Amino acid sequence: MGRQKLTTPVSSIALVLVASVIGSAGAVFLKSGAMNLQPNVSSIVFNWRLALGIVTYMLSSVLFVKGMSNGELSVLFPMVSLGYICTLAWSRLFFQEVITRAKVMGIGLILLGIIFLSLANK
Amino acid sequence: MSSITVSPDAQVVDPHKRRQAALIVACCTLLIAVAQILIKIGANRLSRAGFLETMIGIFTVPPLFAGYCLYGVFTVLFVYALRHGEVSVLYPIIALGYVWVAILSAVVFHEAMNPLKVVAIAIIVAGVAVLGWGGKS
Repeated sequence: MGRQKLTTPVSSIALVLVASVIGSAGAVFLKSGAMNLQPNVSSIVFNWRLALGIVTYMLSSVLFVKGMSNGELSVLFPMVSLGYICTLAWSRLFFQEVITRAKVMGIGLILLGIIFLSLANK
Repeated sequence: MSSITVSPDAQVVDPHKRRQAALIVACCTLLIAVAQILIKIGANRLSRAGFLETMIGIFTVPPLFAGYCLYGVFTVLFVYALRHGEVSVLYPIIALGYVWVAILSAVVFHEAMNPLKVVAIAIIVAGVAVLGWGGKS
C-alpha cells in the first residue's frame, strides 16, 4: 500500500489558492469600477476601483506564476476554479447578482473540463 | 448635464447587451491566449535575468511587450463588457483562454493532441455556453 509521496509542496498550493481568491477580488473591483465610469477622461483616470482591480489582477498573476513554477500542474491548475466559485459569492454579496442553476452548471462544467485538461497535459 | 450616472439595476436588464457582453469576453479570450504564448516566448529569453532586467525586458523584448499590450487591450474590453454583464457570468468565461492555448499549441507548435484533451475542450466550451446563454435570472 504505502502512501504516495507528496510531490506538490503545500506552499505552491497555498500560493495558487490565494492567487485565485485575489484574482476574483480583482474582477469585483473591475466590475464596480466599470459601473462608476462616466463618459469623461477624469472618471476613467481617477477611478480608484479600476486601478485597484488592475493592481489586484497583476498581483494575482504574479502569485499564480510563482505557485505554478513548482509542483504538479494537474493538482495546481484546477485550483484556479476556486476563483470562479468565489466570484459567484462576491457578485451576490456586492452586486445582488442571482445564483442561477445555469451559472452553477456552467462553472461546474468548466471545472470538470479544467481537471480533464490538466490530466491530459500530464 | 455632466453627470450621467449608471444605476446598479439599470445595467443588468437588457438581455441583448448582456449576451453581447458575454460574446465580447468569449472572443477576447483568444487575445489572452496569444498574450500568454508571447509572454512565455519572451520570458524564455529572460530566464536568467534579475528583477530589474526583467522589468526593463517588458519594454525591450518584443514578444513580452506585445504580450503585455494584448493584456491591456483585453482589460479595456473586459471592463467595457462588465458595464453590461454580470461579473459572475463574465469572469468564468475567461477559462476559454485555456481552450485556445491547447488549440494554438497543437496547431502552431505541433504539440500532441490526445482524446482526453479534446473531451476537456468540449466540456469547457459547453460550460461557457451554458453560462453565456442561460445566465439570465
